[in-house]
Amino acid sequence: MTDATLYGLCGAALVGLGLFGLIVHPQPLRKILAFNLIGGGAFLLFGVVARRGASAGLDGDPVPQALVITGLVVAFAATALAVALLLRLFQETGRATLRSDDSQP
Amino acid sequence: MAFDIGLAILVLGVAAWTIAARDTFAAVIGFVAYGLLLALVWVRLAAPDVALTEAALGSGLTGGLLLGASTRLARTQGSAAIDKPSAIIRRAAAVLCTLVSAGLGAIVLLLPEPAPTLAPQAAANLAATGLGNPVTAVLMAYRAIDTLLETVVLLLALVGIWSLAPDQLWGGLPGRRYPVDRDGVLTFVAQLLVPVGILVGIYIFWVGSIAPGGEFQGATILAAMWIFATMARLADSPAVSRRWLRLVLVVGPAVFFAIGLAGFAIAGGFLAYPEAHAKLLILTIEVPVTLSIAATLALLVGGPPERALR
Repeated sequence: MTDATLYGLCGAALVGLGLFGLIVHPQPLRKILAFNLIGGGAFLLFGVVARRGASAGLDGDPVPQALVITGLVVAFAATALAVALLLRLFQETGRATLRSDDSQP
Repeated sequence: MAFDIGLAILVLGVAAWTIAARDTFAAVIGFVAYGLLLALVWVRLAAPDVALTEAALGSGLTGGLLLGASTRLARTQGSAAIDKPSAIIRRAAAVLCTLVSAGLGAIVLLLPEPAPTLAPQAAANLAATGLGNPVTAVLMAYRAIDTLLETVVLLLALVGIWSLAPDQLWGGLPGRRYPVDRDGVLTFVAQLLVPVGILVGIYIFWVGSIAPGGEFQGATILAAMWIFATMARLADSPAVSRRWLRLVLVVGPAVFFAIGLAGFAIAGGFLAYPEAHAKLLILTIEVPVTLSIAATLALLVGGPPERALR
């Protein structure tokens, strides 16, 4: 098994771990955190594809690498927007849950 | 290989911790460590440009953003416990996620041999861009439209965040007012670190044309220095309605778009560069884009306006 395959399996496991956290954590902030974990795993899969594409004197295919850089920046923007929405929800209602009913906690 | 196995286990362990930790603050600390370890993985995968971005943006800025949110939401933690899904749902989720991981793992093991790659094309056209770093060449030349749209996405996210401000604070100052402590350690460290950090940020941006680095990595460091300076109250954030601030935010995408349009006239296509001036044009785009991205990232962390204009 090559290093790239090893990290590919690591990325696959990270996506599963993050997905689990996204589903089972009731707190929205933990869901955002888990979502970033999934992102890390998915980007790693890109990294494996890039590393396997090493040729022509380059250590990796620069196209997927550039896509990951773009992806990291967009993931950050989405996270910032999600956190701002969550804090505003907390400011308005004094709570930070995704429950749709109005029953008191 | 032994190092890589250890690193992979460590990454998975820290990732599991951020999911399992009871305390959100502790989970966020775990996430920061996770990002730094991932940066190491990127170095091992021969992608130093991505490693820099992951360390600065994925771990640093995202971690700071989440840490701030977790302290503000700290007292809501207890009330969320009753929302915990039932054991059946947890088990079903575990099965589903294991299946997803297994599927992805199978794909990794069955990736085609030899691996498809665009590296030869990227390497062959590198000279035409006048750049020495193939990743920067992809970002600024072959896939420049991705990068252009990405700067627009950042601006849209910022507009979204600003629009969350209550009416009376519209156009005000973002974030809380931090206390001033002229003799404090934070002020002292900020006075030492911010000038050095700004220099490092500019260097990382500049060196990106020939070596690992680039405008996103440099801009992230510059944004971090902005945030640090406001936290230490060396300077306060400007009100978001300031005209010069709006100009700084849009100058990058605007110059990028203008040069892209000029490509129709001088090189026969949107975002096409004439070969003789490719590097000059790319730098002309990169300088304002770096400035705009740095300001946008810092303001994204700052959040919606929370203090009214005086």
